[in-house]
Amino acid sequence: MTRRGWVLPAYTTLVLLYLFLPIAVMILFGFNDIRGRFNFVWQGFTLRHWTGIWDTPELTDALKNSLLIASISTIVATSLGTMIALALTRYRFRGRGSTNLFIFLPLATPEIVLGASLLSLFVTANVSRGIGTILLAHIMFNISYVVVTVKARTQGFNREWEEAAKDLGATPWTAFRTVTLPLIFPGILAAAVLAFALSIDDYVITLFNAGATVTFPLWVAGASRFGVPPAVNVMGTLIFVVGVTLALLAVPLQRRRAAAPVAPPTGRVAG
Amino acid sequence: MAYLLLLPGGIWLLLFYVVPTISMLSVSLQEGSLEQGYRLTGNIGVYAEVLARNDTQIIRSILYGLITTVATLLIAYPLAYTIAFRGGRFKNALLFLIIMPFFVSFIIRTIQWKFVLADEGIVLGTLKEVGILGQGFHVLGENVAVLGGLIYNFLPFMALPLYVALEKMDKSLLDAADDLYSNRVVAFLRVTFPLSLPGVFAGSLLTFIPAVGDFINPEFLGSPETTMIGQVIQLEYLQNNDYPEAAALSFVLMAAILMGVFVYARLLGTEELTG
Repeated sequence: MTRRGWVLPAYTTLVLLYLFLPIAVMILFGFNDIRGRFNFVWQGFTLRHWTGIWDTPELTDALKNSLLIASISTIVATSLGTMIALALTRYRFRGRGSTNLFIFLPLATPEIVLGASLLSLFVTANVSRGIGTILLAHIMFNISYVVVTVKARTQGFNREWEEAAKDLGATPWTAFRTVTLPLIFPGILAAAVLAFALSIDDYVITLFNAGATVTFPLWVAGASRFGVPPAVNVMGTLIFVVGVTLALLAVPLQRRRAAAPVAPPTGRVAG
Repeated sequence: MAYLLLLPGGIWLLLFYVVPTISMLSVSLQEGSLEQGYRLTGNIGVYAEVLARNDTQIIRSILYGLITTVATLLIAYPLAYTIAFRGGRFKNALLFLIIMPFFVSFIIRTIQWKFVLADEGIVLGTLKEVGILGQGFHVLGENVAVLGGLIYNFLPFMALPLYVALEKMDKSLLDAADDLYSNRVVAFLRVTFPLSLPGVFAGSLLTFIPAVGDFINPEFLGSPETTMIGQVIQLEYLQNNDYPEAAALSFVLMAAILMGVFVYARLLGTEELTG
């Protein structure tokens, strides 16, 4: 049975063009030589939005806040989430099923509800909102994502390897550090990258718990209320280029992981 | 040992997921104002009130969520199918191309549709100049714009689980169907599609839940005629400071979605839900 034909490939190309349309527009309009506030009509080429991108203190402050929040929340959420994932994949214990369900609940709750319920708590407990409350919120929603990601990559993990290390005289900690950790590390890394991306991208939950603090997405939203400043396009383009470059650099790493016994090839894209 | 590993993260989720949810429930049953303070009065009537007052937005949000889910399924299925069955050695490259646009922040990505759909923008402006569209034609602020944004933003959430399910499928089953003189349509309907149901299930959840509660797409691409429930919650909380009403509305949204998820899980009878 041969399955050739041009319909499906042509269709795939069309969908890809659709997916890239706003990205192309974003890149293009970062170079638009606009007069006035409105950046919707092409008026000529300029590099001035690029050369002056760090001249807006509101933008650089917001970016610094976002990077700080994303870094801290990634480290904390990845640690806490990995521990839960390890407990769930390595041990059979009472309440394992309900723990799985409990971890799933925040993922099934709309962002707006997560943000609103945290705000209810902070208002009730009279907690003033700022970087601290944003961090509490980001760590909370990231934990579940980390658990799911680490679990997906460690499902095939074989505890006998660790037992073998112990039989050969390794202490439990040495066995964990030299056998288990290297094997599950790609999963932890993937979870950390996901957590960082989710944190730096979050608008809705942050909006509810930011107080007077401005993060990068909040700045974008505020600046784009009326007319979109080209700086938004320039920043979008920068993020796009950095993200894609980092992802491409990670490809060799991914190849090596595919060859490792823990991650069966079909599991690679599941995250 | 297992409990020790669970403890720190579990406590965090307890404090900042469970406690806030209870706190939200409690706030919804309070009466008062920001100035005079709130008192728990067990005012259940607020639920009937918010449901009656926001019925349009609630129905609209559910409709938008359903349309988004069905549309992304229809768009993503052939895409995932093509990559899984015809992608060959380009599979990973194609997948990467699909997620590549999503390296840009959600909010920036959504705002870009304002450029694409603006009345005098690069697409409509050009079509108007050529005379294909009338001068009065516009999209921004209409249902179509919000739905377009939702469908665009949630497409990969549908496409990736579909791809995973199709890719996992044992392709020799199709040869078996062929050997048994099944034609390709029947083979698809009776072999491929049923085997991809876990992907359909996961993709629908990953699309429907965030789409119903979405706030960014209607906020930036819509108008007062496209207000969704998320915007009402945000408005009541952050602008009107009507906490009880906002909390009641959030609780309704959360309860409705969780119930929907469990009914859906029962119907499809899969264990994909909790992995």
